[in-house]
Amino acid sequence: MKYFTSWPAGLPGRPIKTTAMKQFLVFIRKEFFHVFRDRRTLLIMFGLPLVQIVLFGYALTSEVKNITLTVIDNSRDENSRQLVNKIRSSSYFVVDESSIDYNDVLAAFRKGSAKCALIFPAGFGNDLLHQGKAQIQILTDGSDPNTAKTVVNYISSITTAYQQEISRQRPLKYLIIPEPRMLYNEEGNGSLNFIPGVMALVLMIVCTALTSVSVVREKETGTMEILLVSPFKPLLVLIAKAVPYLILSLLNIIMILLLAVFVLNVTIKGSIILLFLESMLFIITCLSFGLMISNTTNSQQTALLLSMMGLMIPTMIFTGFMFPLENMPKIFQLISNLVPSRWYFLIIKAVMLKGLGFKYIWKETLVLLAMTLILLTIALKKFKTRLS
Amino acid sequence: MKVLGYLLQKEFKQIFRDKTILAMMFAMPTIQLIILPLAMNFDVKRINLAVVDHDHSTYSSRLINKINASGYFRLVAGAASFGEAIRYVETEKADVVLEIPQGFERNLVREGQQPLGISVDAINGTKAAIGGNYLLTVISDYNREIPVNANGFTKMNEIEITWSNWFNPLAEYRFYIVPAVLVLLLTLIGGFMSALNIVREKEAGTIEQINVTPIKKWQFISGKLIPFWVVGMIVFTLGLLIAWAVYGIWPVGSLLTIYAFAAIYLVALLGFGLLISTYTENQLQAMFVAFFFMMIFMLMSGLFTAVDSMPRWARIVANLTPVTHFIKVIRMVVLKGSSFADVGLEFAYLVGFAGVLNGWAIFNYRKTS
Repeated sequence: MKYFTSWPAGLPGRPIKTTAMKQFLVFIRKEFFHVFRDRRTLLIMFGLPLVQIVLFGYALTSEVKNITLTVIDNSRDENSRQLVNKIRSSSYFVVDESSIDYNDVLAAFRKGSAKCALIFPAGFGNDLLHQGKAQIQILTDGSDPNTAKTVVNYISSITTAYQQEISRQRPLKYLIIPEPRMLYNEEGNGSLNFIPGVMALVLMIVCTALTSVSVVREKETGTMEILLVSPFKPLLVLIAKAVPYLILSLLNIIMILLLAVFVLNVTIKGSIILLFLESMLFIITCLSFGLMISNTTNSQQTALLLSMMGLMIPTMIFTGFMFPLENMPKIFQLISNLVPSRWYFLIIKAVMLKGLGFKYIWKETLVLLAMTLILLTIALKKFKTRLS
Repeated sequence: MKVLGYLLQKEFKQIFRDKTILAMMFAMPTIQLIILPLAMNFDVKRINLAVVDHDHSTYSSRLINKINASGYFRLVAGAASFGEAIRYVETEKADVVLEIPQGFERNLVREGQQPLGISVDAINGTKAAIGGNYLLTVISDYNREIPVNANGFTKMNEIEITWSNWFNPLAEYRFYIVPAVLVLLLTLIGGFMSALNIVREKEAGTIEQINVTPIKKWQFISGKLIPFWVVGMIVFTLGLLIAWAVYGIWPVGSLLTIYAFAAIYLVALLGFGLLISTYTENQLQAMFVAFFFMMIFMLMSGLFTAVDSMPRWARIVANLTPVTHFIKVIRMVVLKGSSFADVGLEFAYLVGFAGVLNGWAIFNYRKTS
C-alpha cells in the first residue's frame, strides 16, 4: 500500500512510483492542474479584488456630501443672503434657489427632486438685527435618516459660526483655542476606513468560495472514489487541495497591497513583512473555512450558495467597517467575534494605517490561529473516507 | 404551451427536491430581513475620550467636567502622558485625545489665550468629524462661560433653528433599511439562483439532452425563469409581511405600484442571472461573476451609503445598475407614499433593463456550442 499507482485518467504524465513526500508533491501538482485549467476562474480570482478595491476605495464614504438644499427665502435681505452664501461655500451642499413655495416641498420630497429645505421667514434680517433673535426652519426628508441628521448638524454649525461672526463686537478676554489634529489620516481621506474593510471582505469570500468547491466537486464528478481508494491520508488530501489556492491568494494580496499604495495612495505605515504574514494567516483561516464547507456539503451549488450568498451579508456587517459594531445589539457583538474578517480588519487597520507592531495585535493573531485549527479539525473529521 | 408546462413542472420539481436550496431560498432572506435592520445603525452615540491633564488647575478640571457633562463623551481614561493616551487610541479604546498643557490656567489668565491640543483618530471619517465637532462646540461654549468673558460679553444675535424630519420624525434607521433589504432579497434570489441554474445543467451535461429535443429557445428560457420569478414574488410578499410584523413598516403608497416594480425588477435580475450563465462554463465561475456584480450592486446602490455623496463617475456607475433605481423607488413609495406618476421614469428604466438584459441573454444562449 505504500505506492501510489493509479494515475487519474485524463491527466498528463504517467504512473510514478513514489515515497510519501513525493506522493504529496504529485498530488499538489494535480491540484495545480485543476486550478490552472480553469482560466476564467483564475481571471476572476485576480480581476475581482482588483476592480472592487479600486471601485469601492474611491466610491465608498460614510461622509454625506453634495446634498441638494432647496432654499426658500421669504425675506431676501442681506443677512439671509450671507447665511446662504456661507452654506454654499461649505463643500457639503449644492444650493438650489429655484423659487418653490413652502407648500410644494412635500410634493418635491415625494418626487425625490429635493431632499431638504431651508426656510427663512419674512423679515429674517430685521428680526435678527433689531430684536436680536430670528428663526429659520429646516425641513428634511426623513426617509434617509443619515442625510437628514447630517443636514441639520451641518446647517446648525454653519449658523452658529455665522451668528458668532455677526455678534462678536468685543473679543473674548480669555480664549482657549482648540488645535485639532487628525491622527493617521492628515488628508482627511473619507474612504480610508473602507479600504482595509473591503480587503478583508473580498479576501474572505474569494478564498472561502474557491476552496468550498474543491472537495465537493470531486464528489459530484465521481473522482472522489479514486481519491478514496488511494493510500493517501485525508489530512494530506486537504492540504494539497489548499496549497494552490494559498499560493494564488498570496499573489493576490501582493497585488492588492500594491493597488492600495499606488492607486489609492494609502501609505503602509507598519512593517510590510508583518502585514504579509498576518494576511497569510488570514488566508489560511479562510481556506480552512472553505474546506470545512466543502466537506460538510454534498453539491457545489449548496457549497457555493453557502459560501457566497450566505457569507456575503454577515461578512459585510460583522467586519465592522460599515456600521460601528458598538451600536449593535449585544448578541450581534458576540456573533461578530466568530467572523474571521473582523479580526483581520483590526489587524490590517493597526499595521497598515496606524503603523503598530506585533505586540498590539497578538490577541487578534491568536484568535485567527485558533479559528484555523478548529476549522481544520472539523474539516478533517467531516472528511468521509467512504461514499454514502 | 404544453411543452412549457412540462418544463415548468420539471423545474419546480428540481427546486423543491433539494431541501437545502429550498431552505436557503426562504430562510436566508427571512433571517437577513430580521437581522440587517438591527445591525445597521450609523449613529455615533458616544465618543470615547482620553484626557491628559498636565495642568491640574481649576480651569482644566472645570473644562473636563464640562466635557463630561455634555453627554457626548465617555471619559475612558485620564492618562499621565500623551504617549500613554495615544496607546488608548492605538488599541481602539479611545477615539479622541484631549491634551491640556502645563501652565494652561496661568497662560490663559496672563496672556489671554491658550492653545489646546485635540488629537482625533481620523481613520473612521464620520466618527472623527462628529467627535471633533462636538469637542469644539463644548470648548467654545466653555470660552463664553468663563466669568470674565461672560461679564464683558454683549448679547448674541441668536438664530433659532427648528427642524422637522418628514415621513420619519425620529429619523430612525429601520425605515431606511427595511425597504432596501426587500430589494436585496429579490436581488439575491434573482441574480444568484438563476445564474447557477442553467450552468449546472451545462456542467452535468443534461443541457445537451434538452438541446437535442425540439424545445425552443424561448420555451427553455421561460421554463428556467418563471419558477424563480414565482419564488421571488413569494419571498417578496413574505418580506413585506415580516417588515410589517417585526418593524411595523407598511407601505404608505400603493401596493400595486410596489408589486409592479418588484415584478419587472425580478424579470430584469433573472435576465441578468441568465446572461451570466450563458457566459460561464461552470458553477464556480457563474457564482464568482454573480458575486462580483452583487457586491457592486449592493455597495454602490445606496443601500448603505448615500449615492449622492459619491464622486461623479461613481454616481454614473450606480445609476447603471437596476438595483439603485428600485431601492430609490421602494423607499419613496413605502415611506413617502409617492405615486406611480412620481416614479414613472424609474419604471421605464427598469423596463429598459429587463428588455436589454433578457434580450442579450436570449441572443447569447446557443443551443449548439
